[in-house]
Amino acid sequence: MHPLSSPVELPPPVVQSPARDLTAVGDAAGDETLARAQAGDHAAFAQLYSLHKRRIYSLCLRMVGDVAEAEDLTQEAFLQLHRKIATFRGDSSFVTWLHRLAINVVLMRLRKKGLSLISLDEVMEPVADEGPGRSFGALDLTLAGTLDRLVLQRAVADLPAGYRLIFILHDIEGYEHNEIASMLGCSIGNSKSQLHKARLRLRENLCSKLAKEARP
Amino acid sequence: MINGIDSMTCQEFQERLPDLIGAGEDLHDHPHYCSCALCRALLADLEAIAEAARQLLPVVDPPEELWEHIELAIQKEEASARSETVAKSG
Repeated sequence: MHPLSSPVELPPPVVQSPARDLTAVGDAAGDETLARAQAGDHAAFAQLYSLHKRRIYSLCLRMVGDVAEAEDLTQEAFLQLHRKIATFRGDSSFVTWLHRLAINVVLMRLRKKGLSLISLDEVMEPVADEGPGRSFGALDLTLAGTLDRLVLQRAVADLPAGYRLIFILHDIEGYEHNEIASMLGCSIGNSKSQLHKARLRLRENLCSKLAKEARP
Repeated sequence: MINGIDSMTCQEFQERLPDLIGAGEDLHDHPHYCSCALCRALLADLEAIAEAARQLLPVVDPPEELWEHIELAIQKEEASARSETVAKSG
């Protein structure tokens, strides 16, 4: 498999991504906590919050880029979890289920704000400078070995909303194109195409930034 | 950029990239990739970006008080559900 096609093996993370390890919390203690929370045990629900708050909050923060809104969305996601937790039947892992729930909360908010997720192209910034001929050759810096976490984080935050969404879901959160297509109500081809454009946009922005820094 | 066995232009290659990448194909053996330094550089950059993205897993904790807000909201919802039940039964 090509390294770009799907996020694969990671060094052991503290908290895992849905597509990378969906069963991490599915140990016996986790199952028991979940069962208690499903039965209405508030302490168990608080424990679930502690276990998952970082992932859910970070996801929300990345997707909307605003601290207050991310807090609001995290609250809404956990409220929804509280309302729906009894309906979780274990068809998928709990982590997957919770992440989908949180992503749906964020998507609902983005839709309310007018971001059409069905036709992502329409909501993107104009990409006239990004035709196929534009990407090759013009950049005289390579990114390998120069990208650090903060630089990329800032560049991702600067992406247009639609690009940012796809990039986060695929390259950071680890979802596959078919899952993204299903969540966003777009075609798999659209998801692939938008991800590619997002990466091209990131490359262009990052190279410009590096070029500026390299100038005396 | 055309040569020998590679009859694909950079434009054609790059137009096909989303599908080729999305299908998980190993492009390092692709004739155009082998013959074109510019497209190799492009792919190397895209790989660097995808690799760096994997390091962006979450690291931010929400503020401590968020749980208090959630707890409060849950209590309100439960109280509201209880009074609805009482109203219906009474």
